[in-house]
Amino acid sequence: MLYAILCYHDEAEVNSWPKEKDDAVLAKRAVVTQKLAAQGKLGPVARLMPTTAATTVRSGREPWVIDGPFAETKEQLLGFYIVDCATLEEALEAARELGRDETGALEVRPLRVFMPGSRTA
Amino acid sequence: VTEIGWIDSVLRSARPQAVSALLRYFRELDQAEEAFQEACLRALKNWTVNGPPRDPTAWLIMVGRNSILDDVRRQSRNRPLPADEVISDLDDTEADLAERLDSSHYRDDVVRLLFICCHPDLPATQQIALALRIVSGLSVKEIARAFLVSESAMEQRITRAKGRVAKADVPFETPGAIERAERLAAVAAMVYLLFNEGYSASGGTVHVRVPLCEEAIRLARLLLRLFPSEPEIMGLTALLLLQHARAPARLDADGSIVLLEEQDRGLWDRDMIAEGLALIDKALRHRRPGPYQVQAAIAGVHAHAARAEDTDWAEIDQLYATLERLQPSPVITLNRAVAVSKVQGPGTALTMIEPLASQLSGYFHFFGLKGALLMQLGRAAEARVAFDQAIALANTAAEAAHIRAHLDRLVRESASNSRAGASS
Repeated sequence: MLYAILCYHDEAEVNSWPKEKDDAVLAKRAVVTQKLAAQGKLGPVARLMPTTAATTVRSGREPWVIDGPFAETKEQLLGFYIVDCATLEEALEAARELGRDETGALEVRPLRVFMPGSRTA
Repeated sequence: VTEIGWIDSVLRSARPQAVSALLRYFRELDQAEEAFQEACLRALKNWTVNGPPRDPTAWLIMVGRNSILDDVRRQSRNRPLPADEVISDLDDTEADLAERLDSSHYRDDVVRLLFICCHPDLPATQQIALALRIVSGLSVKEIARAFLVSESAMEQRITRAKGRVAKADVPFETPGAIERAERLAAVAAMVYLLFNEGYSASGGTVHVRVPLCEEAIRLARLLLRLFPSEPEIMGLTALLLLQHARAPARLDADGSIVLLEEQDRGLWDRDMIAEGLALIDKALRHRRPGPYQVQAAIAGVHAHAARAEDTDWAEIDQLYATLERLQPSPVITLNRAVAVSKVQGPGTALTMIEPLASQLSGYFHFFGLKGALLMQLGRAAEARVAFDQAIALANTAAEAAHIRAHLDRLVRESASNSRAGASS
């Protein structure tokens, strides 16, 4: 089963981390993703720019464009991992490892449809 | 990562919103700061035990406000009449407060707090120091270090500045659209000044001033979150990101400034550049050009060029022409002349800057460019005069050294020319 691990955090806080801390968090997470990759369980991974870089298209007969993210929330979607796990427990364990010693939250959500896309990364 | 570490970053990112909301309640800067301080102390005690609250900013505002109201209540016991209206205000729940935080109050609060720091009576450096202390929450020691003055001198400066703004009468009512736009423009200008204060540093002072640039970017992003559809705030944020992206390449091993043309572009921060370019794209959609957007676009053209010689100078010339229309100034014309010299040659550029002589007679870069153009035209004697004037006006050792390198080249060339002349 494919799961998305969605990373939520207060972006103002994440953006105020000194570079060393940001690097340390990424390095720590890289250890986990490398392990998943070695087991053939890691799909696409993305880190998103701050929500200030976002533009939202409201659907409808005449879709309209709004500056900023879809929702004003206390915590923002800052990135995601796609993992291939046999059980929910395994996916939760991956999320636990990714988020260990951090603040914020990781939402584990099964994928309904997955299209790898045509772009070669 | 220690627990105190994460609490610190939460307190730091919550500070502008929390202090500005507390200022709306108390209408007095010292009391708002004191309330926030008290809330931080309680957060350190409480959050390590109970974990962070769902909405840390709302928690800090509520706890900060109640801590002061508790004091008021205690004092009021000794007074003949209780302050009823103050006490009845205590019933608000955290949810209620969070709701109010999301309302339009919130952005006006933050802009008001920053605007108070922009008091026209204060010199620019004091406005910046005050904003760093009150809004960003940097310690006096950190600010003193960035401004290269003693801690006690900075303490005095900030105290004086606070005294000045305390007497200022900034209305607490929700501002009208025009007033809001005026405040936002003043605040944006201060954020840009703050960035430049960090960016214009030279030599060994650069690394201690990087925090000023980082604070400016943090404040610009905060403004953009509050005003997501303002193209000039997008432009300002983009401009700061694109300029700061070059920071790793701006210094050589000796700590001297490396000019844009000579920088190792491999050292530029690609994440910041990508974000800056994304913000320019967003701003352009609005078709409401302004000086920050145009300056960001100029920085964007440089960012697009993989090598200095790939720079699209014609595009930069166009952008400076737009900037001249929006914000006429001899310095902008001077900058445009650099682009013109690349596109149309040094002669055209020289004709363009000659009328600026009287306005820029005290400006280092005017004589630096004039000398360089004359040198390219082979007018060595006149170039030397201009370079001498530039050196006399240089603000930093790096600037003077750069001009001296030109002069050395002129001397070498004239020596080899005269040898060639003698042998012929």
